[in-house]
Amino acid sequence: MADFETPEVKEYLDMPGLKPDAMSHSQPFVSRDEFQEPLGFPGELVDDWQNVAIAKLGELLDKNRGLQVFMDACVKCGACTDKCHYFHGTSDPRNMPVARQDLLRSVYRRYFTWPGRLFPKLVGAQDLTEEVLDQWYSYFHQCSECRRCSVYCPYGIDTAEVTMATREIMNAVGKGQKYSNEIIGKVFKIGNNLGLPQPALQDTLEGLEEEVKEDTGVDVRYPLDEKGAEVLLVTPSADFFAEPHVDGLIGYGKVFHQAGISWTLSSHASEAANFGLFIGSPENMRKIALRVREAAEELGVKRIVFGECGHAWRVAYSFLNTLAGPFDFLDPRYPVPQHICEVTHDLIQRGALTLDKSANDHRRVTFHDSCNVARASRMGDTPGGQFTIPREILRAVCNHYYDMPPDTIGEATFCCGGGGGLLTDDLMELRVKGALPRMQALRQVADEEGVTHLAAICAICKSQFAKVLPYYGFEMDQIVSVHQLVSDAIVLDPAR
Amino acid sequence: MTLASIVFAVLFYAATAILLIGVGLRIARYARAPAPLKIPTTPAPTTRTGVVGRMLSEVVFFYSLFKSNKWIWILAWVFHLALLLVLLRHLRYFIEPVWGWVVLVQPFGVYAGFALLAGLVALWIRRLFVERIRYISAPSDHLMLGLLVAITASGLAMKFLWHTDVTAVKVFFLGLLRFEVHPLPTDPLLLLHLLLVVALMVVFPFSKLLHAPGIFFSPTRNQADNPRERRHTSWVARVEPTGAAASSEAAGAAPNARSED
Ligand code: SF4
Ligand code: SF4
Repeated sequence: MADFETPEVKEYLDMPGLKPDAMSHSQPFVSRDEFQEPLGFPGELVDDWQNVAIAKLGELLDKNRGLQVFMDACVKCGACTDKCHYFHGTSDPRNMPVARQDLLRSVYRRYFTWPGRLFPKLVGAQDLTEEVLDQWYSYFHQCSECRRCSVYCPYGIDTAEVTMATREIMNAVGKGQKYSNEIIGKVFKIGNNLGLPQPALQDTLEGLEEEVKEDTGVDVRYPLDEKGAEVLLVTPSADFFAEPHVDGLIGYGKVFHQAGISWTLSSHASEAANFGLFIGSPENMRKIALRVREAAEELGVKRIVFGECGHAWRVAYSFLNTLAGPFDFLDPRYPVPQHICEVTHDLIQRGALTLDKSANDHRRVTFHDSCNVARASRMGDTPGGQFTIPREILRAVCNHYYDMPPDTIGEATFCCGGGGGLLTDDLMELRVKGALPRMQALRQVADEEGVTHLAAICAICKSQFAKVLPYYGFEMDQIVSVHQLVSDAIVLDPAR
Repeated sequence: MTLASIVFAVLFYAATAILLIGVGLRIARYARAPAPLKIPTTPAPTTRTGVVGRMLSEVVFFYSLFKSNKWIWILAWVFHLALLLVLLRHLRYFIEPVWGWVVLVQPFGVYAGFALLAGLVALWIRRLFVERIRYISAPSDHLMLGLLVAITASGLAMKFLWHTDVTAVKVFFLGLLRFEVHPLPTDPLLLLHLLLVVALMVVFPFSKLLHAPGIFFSPTRNQADNPRERRHTSWVARVEPTGAAASSEAAGAAPNARSED
């Protein structure tokens, strides 16, 4: 399949022996000026890039308390060293979270601290050379910003924040990543990551209505740009066509149909994803987030609901109020925004949905906690709702549900290997290797409980698993949307 | 008055100034820098009270470290607890009359001295022999352990092997507090011990020892998880149009409540 070896799945996650530079060759395609300029970044490496980079780092230290504290506080205790899925999959020591941070911290020390200025060797400080920039480009594109390391660090040092800051610095000097930046440009121009214009969306949704009608005999609507609807649904654009995403979208529609909630999608905000997060660019993140507000105002909705997407939920739950709020023009009885799982869960609790669990009897299901949902956001009223709510939905729609081992789920969940702007073919080796810990946990429940399907609530996880499952001896269709299972179990009432 | 007492008086005044001013400036910097977005590592408490609880569990029990690795946790925890007891024991050199509880701490402080040494040596062995930890260690990380080991060992040696005149030492330090210089005993071990302590105080504000104030400012631990209920504002936030929208700020306390933690 490719010129690298898929890691071997063993019974336990071994502690890898260090293989320095094993992944230094892994780099995504560098962005070009046509993708850089719409985001406000220079098109190519600027002449005095060292100075620009140092100045940018200084600016970020001033503007971001977290980064400043994270640069200072690390004691090199090593607690995080074995927490990263990329380290487990690649054995490259620079994929140990603290070593990744040190690529930036060494430069911080050199230019911003006295010991680093006076005794660089002693404190592990180094000049910002071309070689260092090259290492930044490699290894800060081997972090999916999953925050697993931040759970275990005694000071809460979050490597994801360090990665975002370094990517922001690299963009500032003109060394951006093509994949993320091209996609952000598409959102600005067309409204979504896939570049689907309004007529194409309309077509797709009409097709879905016909498909559901054929399957169930019921007229379930998939409305676009309908003014006066109660709910604006913002969902990742993958939901519009690709398997298994689209089955989730079909499910959302059925839930709204059964609950009698009027809803609409928007062609202006036809994307829940916000890659501004991945590249650590608050300006771009705000620009994308504002589209959601504009669509909500334009359509006159009362609620905003987000579809299944991990990092999108982080931006929505944790940042949307800051980036695009306040949302005092919406119905104050509902949190802004809501997750589709919160909506469905609430309806199940109230008995508003008729569910036939046996429709999923041919599946034995487990649930993959997506990083950004697990460690960077919440669902419901209580901490940890992000773990219980999706599981309660799954238990309500299928008879055979099993969790993966406890040290691989909940806040300890392992990334799918494709998050944080790494879901691109030019990083296939990294994606396959980074999936190892998750694949191992899946193998365990597959062997012990006969689990056949992995359910997820993230477009990136779903795309990533569809691609990497075959490398580990599974089938690509073993990954399913949570709302796909809801969709299959829901008993539709034609009268609505 | 000896040369040693003058030199050490100057050193301690200078080191104290560097420590206090250095750490003070650092804390001021942390406090002034904005937190652009809400980034608590979740699941996180949803209230300020809950955050205080989370912070206590980190500062007192090293809870995240506990979840991470029981070996590092037990070594680090023993080391820090022992350090605390040893520091408390040393309080007696700076107060007269000695407070009752400081007297009570004395015997524990002695045992703690050994625990401190054992913890430090174990941590150092780990740093030297666990491949991953060795990889991430800079020379300064070894030096820091060496410094602490040397301070602890010289202290214990004075307690058990080569005694010094602790009463005179106390007079010296009480004098410093009143800006008077009294004679300091000149046993080499004592001078070494004190010199190393001065070194530790001086490097504190410029080294990883900043983890001590740093943890209180770490946004992944000190923020409440309530972004939907309270709008967090910072330079990243959408700027509301003034005029009509400005009046809504007064109206709805909840959605517009400012929170910059
Ligand atoms: S955030 Fe995730 S991917 Fe990045 S270093 Fe930490 S564990 Fe690894
Ligand atoms: S766990 Fe935190 S303090 Fe320890 S080495 Fe990792 S980043 Fe540094």
